[in-house]
Order: sequence, then structure tokens, then C-alpha cells
Amino acid sequence: MIRKLCLFLIGFCFLNTGFTAIEARQFASPQQEKNYHTLTQELRCPQCQNNNIADSNATIAVDMRDKVFELLQQGYSKQQVVDYMVARYGNFITYAPPLTPATAILWLALLSLILFGILLVWRRNKSFSNSSLLQNQEKNDQLTGEEKQCLQHLLSTSSREKQQ
Amino acid sequence: MEDLFTHQPLSRQIFQQGKPFLLNVWATWCPTCYAEHQYLNELAAQGITIIGLNYKDSSEKAIKWLKDLGNPYQVVIKDEKGSLGLDLGVYGAPETFIVDAKGVIHYRHIGDVNANTWQQKLLPIYQKLQVQP
Repeated sequence: MIRKLCLFLIGFCFLNTGFTAIEARQFASPQQEKNYHTLTQELRCPQCQNNNIADSNATIAVDMRDKVFELLQQGYSKQQVVDYMVARYGNFITYAPPLTPATAILWLALLSLILFGILLVWRRNKSFSNSSLLQNQEKNDQLTGEEKQCLQHLLSTSSREKQQ
Repeated sequence: MEDLFTHQPLSRQIFQQGKPFLLNVWATWCPTCYAEHQYLNELAAQGITIIGLNYKDSSEKAIKWLKDLGNPYQVVIKDEKGSLGLDLGVYGAPETFIVDAKGVIHYRHIGDVNANTWQQKLLPIYQKLQVQP
């Protein structure tokens, strides 16, 4: 029984190493540690593209975390670390890409879609009030010959009824 | 930079060949590298220079792999930790770079090199670089 338990515990230890990535790092200052955490959250893992390098356990994410740490130790600023990675992996690597001709579409597409939407709603409203409402009104104002006859009939019968 | 076989340091001059060449990032743990290996052998037989970058791999396994499958590489750079790979913006294997005569990278191809990708994508770029000295 005890042997089985031991085996189970040993097995559990091996299992655990598979999905934990706790890295002990010695930071020079609390500021450096803060920069490290911001950077690893801002940089995208190039392999598993919906993860930042802090969350990803892909080998490249591990390497990039090491590199970020190494560069910070060398006295790189946050921006310099981002520039270092962008120079190698492109703007794709950062979750906050700068506004350049290549990335302009990210902003402009959104903006133009919103403007297009507003324009569309505005034009629809305008044409609705202009044409369909007015048409309805005119329709109500003008009675057809049949309707006029019907009205005449109703009026005359009601006045006769009153007289009686 | 270290040579895979001799462990001797390599100089930057290996990147200045006076003619264009391919830099192929590979590893024995990468199944796609296995898939493209025979095609690389063919390209080397056609006289195309290929430099290998053995990326995050064990040297013993890498040497055995080349003995078993053939060695298409002029020289193989050992990059056990992947630091040169990181410097090149490599995030997996295989990747193949087209480098000109002076050592400037012109194209980066992600994934395997096969007859199709070579003919359609890589060869036109390679030929252009051959014309421009």
C-alpha cells in the first residue's frame, strides 16, 4: 500500500513538471521586475499567436522571456527591449503596434467602418422621413373616387338619421 | 558560433560567399525537417550552397541524422540554446533564409522546402540574387 502511494506521488511529481513554468529570477530592482512583467505581457508569442510570452510555454516564448530578462539586466529600457524584438520578429510581436503605414489599416479600417455605419443610419432616417412619411401623408389626403362616394354616402345617411 | 562537427568557432565570413546561398534552420526533433531533408540533398546536388543551423538540438543526434540521411550542408552551425535563432527571428523549424553574396538576408521562408515552394517562391528570388553581384 505504502509502495503504491509512493509510486503515485512520484508519478504526480513528474506529471506536475509538465505544465508548470515557474521561473525564479533575481531582479536588480522592483522597477526592473515590473518592467519584466509588463513586457512579457505585451509581447506576443510568435508560435502560439493568441498568447503573450508570459502565458505561453512554447519553447520560443521561454527563450524570449529569458532574452527580455537578459536585456533588462543589461540596462535596456522597456522601449529598447520592444524595439529589439520588433527588429527581429516584426510589429506583429507586440500587442500594441505603433502607427505606421503598414499598421494604419488597423485603426483606419475601424474608424471608417464606424463612420460608414453612422452615415448609413443617417441616410436611412433621412430618406424614411422624406419620402415614405410624406407619401403616406399625401395618400391620406387624397381620397380616391370610390372613397369619396363612400364618404358622401355615409355623411348623407347620418344626416338623414339625425333628421328623423 | 560553433561548428557542429568540430566545435571550432566559426567566423562571420561564412556568410560572405560571393554568391547567394540558403541558410536552413533545422533540428532532429522537427518532423517537417525530416520531410524536407531529401529535397535539400537534391538542391545541394544541383550545386546550391546551403548552410545549416542546427537549432535547439543535441549535437550527437544531429550528427547521426546527417550520417543517416545525407548531409546537404556546406557547414552546420551549432545553436543549442537557440540564441542565434532568436537573433534571426526564428520561432520554429524548419525555416529557410535566402542570403545574398554579401551576407544580406533577402527572404525568410517558414515551413518546408519542397519542389513546389522552391520553384514558385524561392528559386525566383535566388536567381535574381545570382544576377545582381
